[in-house]
Amino acid sequence: MLARRVIPCLDVHDGKVTRGVQFGRAETGGLREVGDPVELAIRYNDQGADEMVFFDITASAHGRRSMIDVIERAADRCFMPLTVGGGIRTREDMSTMLQAGADKVSINSSALANPGLIREGAEKFGAQCIVVSIDAKKVAPDRWEVFAKGGREATGLEAVAWARRAVELGAGEIVLNSIDADGTKKGFDLVITARVSESVGVPVVASGGAGSLEHMAEVLLAGKADAVLAASIFHFGEFTVGQVKDYLAQRGIPVRRLVR
Amino acid sequence: MLALLDYGAGNIRSVEKALRAAGADVQRIARPDGLAHARGIVLPGVGAFDDCLNAIRRQELDGAVKDWITAGRPFLGICVGYQALFDRSAEFNSCALGLGVFAGPVVRFQPTAAEPHLKVPQIGWNEVEITQAGCPLFAGIPDRSHFYFVHSFYPQPADASVVAGRTDYGQTFAAAVCKDNVWATQFHPEKSQQVGLQLLRNFVEFAGRG
Repeated sequence: MLARRVIPCLDVHDGKVTRGVQFGRAETGGLREVGDPVELAIRYNDQGADEMVFFDITASAHGRRSMIDVIERAADRCFMPLTVGGGIRTREDMSTMLQAGADKVSINSSALANPGLIREGAEKFGAQCIVVSIDAKKVAPDRWEVFAKGGREATGLEAVAWARRAVELGAGEIVLNSIDADGTKKGFDLVITARVSESVGVPVVASGGAGSLEHMAEVLLAGKADAVLAASIFHFGEFTVGQVKDYLAQRGIPVRRLVR
Repeated sequence: MLALLDYGAGNIRSVEKALRAAGADVQRIARPDGLAHARGIVLPGVGAFDDCLNAIRRQELDGAVKDWITAGRPFLGICVGYQALFDRSAEFNSCALGLGVFAGPVVRFQPTAAEPHLKVPQIGWNEVEITQAGCPLFAGIPDRSHFYFVHSFYPQPADASVVAGRTDYGQTFAAAVCKDNVWATQFHPEKSQQVGLQLLRNFVEFAGRG
């Protein structure tokens, strides 16, 4: 049976892993420095992470150069799937990251500004390479809106409709991040995660809000996610990837265990 | 030296790194004359079947690969490099012929009564049940180990005896084949951590003896 995936996310700022307290605070100094991305990647690799996501939160030319170096070094040491996001605006940016050793590229604001970029990427590199990341915020009792630019800019798009459109255009995977839940450690937004997962025929990765082992299980069960992505819960040593998987297995969720 | 066929597949760097970590002396080879000093061929792949086969033909590697395999020399195909060994693909608008080393089509995952919402592509780690006892491809690898898959299509070998490992995803499919000198996997050993590196070490050792 296909295992549900546990994916640590590394937010990289000038070659260092940092963690914002909540959405959009990166620029205002609301950051905690966590460590060297490659060392963290190796640690999570050894703990049995199923994949790793590197996210360039500077999304600047300088950030991109240091990210290429991070990806090249991580790919030399970690024989697992690597995804890069942040600041990828063109097919050339995608190509650069894939050549550096990434297996997938994740696009968010650039896909909203130019949906054709999804199709271009999927045609050139294959749908399996193109991840569309969606930042969704609950704006009314039954409406989740998509936000661009790290949660700062409302787009007027409804989250399920945008996820469907992205998949039609060629996205091979959707990362759904709840703006409300991100950084709160109070659990994932199960309702929108389940709706998106049931509405698209590609895997959905849940992101934002992981604070406990129970949260991880419930987003895979009730939230119908195919994978969970988390940052702080791993970076600050609360749980190892192995502990998360032990718990998920106890709950009857299929996970991949390390061969000892 | 292992010849890693370079026809523009996006994941060649990953495969190259993993083969080196598995102890191989690897060279990227783009033309048949580069095979003179090779002891084994690795055909990587990701993306579309036709792109792969058209590029292989453009670089005149198709005949060289078939001759190599017929001569009984060590060959490892990965993902689309595995699918390329079959007759043809059911991929949308596909018209390229496969290499025809094995008989059978390459077909797409279909939703089933049990899994009407089967997600395609299959992305992630799935178990491989070893179906050939003592198969050198899986030497030192526990049965039902998880390997990393990313694909929408899979080959259906006409001759079931070539299947070395099978996997369930809505349907049971041939995740790996092994027939004498021809080894191939639908999953990505280069992305499958320890068990993947072990499989690559098995091939490096097999090629070293050839």
